Amino acid sequence: MKYGVDEFGYYGEFGGAYIPEMLFANVDQLQKNYLGIIEDKEFRKEFLQLLTDYAGRPTPLYFARRLSEKYRNNIFLKREDLCHTGAHKINNAIGQILMAERLGKKRIIAETGAGQHGVATATVCALKGLECLVYMGEKDMERQAPNVARMQMLGAKVVPATSGSKTLKDATNEAIRDWINNAHDTYYLIGSVVGPHPYPDMVARFQSVISEEIKSQIKNLTGKDLPDLVIACVGGGSNAAGAFYHFLEDEEVKLIEVEASGLGLDSGETAATTQLGRVGILHGSKSLVMQTDDGQVTEPYSISAGLDYPGIGPLHAHLYKTGRAKFMSATDDEAVHAAFELAQLEGIIPALESAHALAVLNKLDVRDKNIVVNLSGRGDKDMDTYMKRMKTL
Amino acid sequence: MNRIKELFSRKKEKILSVYFTAGYPNLHDTGLVIQALTKAGTDMIEIGMPYSDPLADGPVIQHSSTIALKNGMNMRLLFQQLKDLKSLSDDLPPLILMGYLNPVLQFGFEKFCRDASGCGISGLILPDLPFREYEKDYKGIMEKYNLKFIFLITPDTSEERIRKMDNLSDAFIYAVSSSSVTGRVTDEDRKESYFKRLRDMKLKNPVLVGFGVRDKRTFEHPCKYLNGAIVGTAFIQKLDQGGNIEKIAQEFEQSLR
Ligand SMILES: Cc1ncc(COP(=O)(O)O)c(C=O)c1O
Repeated sequence: MKYGVDEFGYYGEFGGAYIPEMLFANVDQLQKNYLGIIEDKEFRKEFLQLLTDYAGRPTPLYFARRLSEKYRNNIFLKREDLCHTGAHKINNAIGQILMAERLGKKRIIAETGAGQHGVATATVCALKGLECLVYMGEKDMERQAPNVARMQMLGAKVVPATSGSKTLKDATNEAIRDWINNAHDTYYLIGSVVGPHPYPDMVARFQSVISEEIKSQIKNLTGKDLPDLVIACVGGGSNAAGAFYHFLEDEEVKLIEVEASGLGLDSGETAATTQLGRVGILHGSKSLVMQTDDGQVTEPYSISAGLDYPGIGPLHAHLYKTGRAKFMSATDDEAVHAAFELAQLEGIIPALESAHALAVLNKLDVRDKNIVVNLSGRGDKDMDTYMKRMKTL
Repeated sequence: MNRIKELFSRKKEKILSVYFTAGYPNLHDTGLVIQALTKAGTDMIEIGMPYSDPLADGPVIQHSSTIALKNGMNMRLLFQQLKDLKSLSDDLPPLILMGYLNPVLQFGFEKFCRDASGCGISGLILPDLPFREYEKDYKGIMEKYNLKFIFLITPDTSEERIRKMDNLSDAFIYAVSSSSVTGRVTDEDRKESYFKRLRDMKLKNPVLVGFGVRDKRTFEHPCKYLNGAIVGTAFIQKLDQGGNIEKIAQEFEQSLR
């Protein structure tokens, strides 16, 4: 597999497990066991059953007629927004909670940006009766308040991260510190294809159900084996990894990743990692990282809490470097505009993250292509932001 | 001879190594702190290179890093400060740089080793540089500049792995006293069996214990079984209280010995 991970956890030059010794035992245990567990028959059975009966899979691949007319392509929306809890994050949370259970862990910690991963984690912890603690940047707790309440109602404890920019990067730092302090009983349920090996590969595998379904659905809808183009937004890159997974080796399928450029690429207030980042180490893996010349990680900015991250999963750094995926970006304004457009053309309110993927439809120079946009989540959590914007639109 | 090797050939017991963050409390305190610790009789000094995302550190060292960066600390300046210091006094204890891999990679690993070695550094602690990558990509460069790489072990590190690290190292082993970030108050009694186990392994390298060492009792405990201990957070807390740096170092040293 040209785009798969090697035995040391690298995608080309990116990946690995850059962790302090305090985490070695845990990460080593996971590295040695994750594939065996994922491939185990009983595990697969329980995973698939929960995806079906609990998360509501398969999610539809919906032909968006009015959007298609507007952009003169055949646009299909992969409706991850219809998953239980409202985003693709639940796929990974279910997979990893079963993993934690198999490894005998009793206490679950997670980081969250938009709160979708936190909600998904709190949900599966409730399902399994496990203690759950979610780290969330203080700023994100404000802008994604409904999700904080949801996590709390589900019985999770939400701990504010108050360092740095008080967003996803800082929540991840706190989660890793907690993991170091509680290495024996605690499982770190990472929410994206980031972190030390094997997390990026493991999370990608749990999310790969998205492209598995797209593959059979596109055939039914178009009669063709493959779509021409798949578009996804990228924060850490889990919904993109899931939407691309089964197309990676089909080079005729074009892949587009959309990063959040915040107030604009040159504004200094952005989260477009591939455009501004350099090779570096963040949260346990080597990847592209937004940083100063001195190697200090910079504080990103995006209106979307889920994309407000100065790194990108190592798989995506590799897809960028090899040119397998094309990277585009969307500003806050473009994303908000795309969200309102989808709401009014198709009756679907997307998450701010997913709105970034929609925001590049008007920048494509193709016609009559079969385009899949991964609609990674729904916009309920973002109503506060949308309502504020509505007044100024 | 490498200065760390030289220290351990001379002294095998009750070695005290003190960690502080470069550029803290004030940008140009780096040299003052080193001189004060030297005068107080510290056996070895670990100079923390501040980083924006210090994953293995608790609130005290995190805070010192944040302030140091705000003060304008960076690698180039640190090397300049060390060079200036070296021209002032040539009788310093072994100096070790401790920090995270990313700023070192951005500086350029070989250039970093060359400059570090050139201003009197003897060893390097980079907790997030993995074993395999160290051996494959970085070991040769460090040897070229006579810098020792110091491995961390924890109570969860297997005997096999400890032996492998012991074989690969040629300075000392940094035994983290319990699996935690820096600055945590940890249960002293639970460490006894860990210290004994390490003593009984009869490693070829000396072993210094760090994380959770903060006063006379927590310093003497590991010294009973192993070669010494490393203090970081407790010293930075003393610096936080303010006052004359020389006096702080003197009193700190006396409170432990
Ligand atoms: C709906 C939605 N989409 C996308 C993301 C970004 O994460 P990733 O890039 O891992 O898919 C998030 C993260 O919170 C999210 O909630």
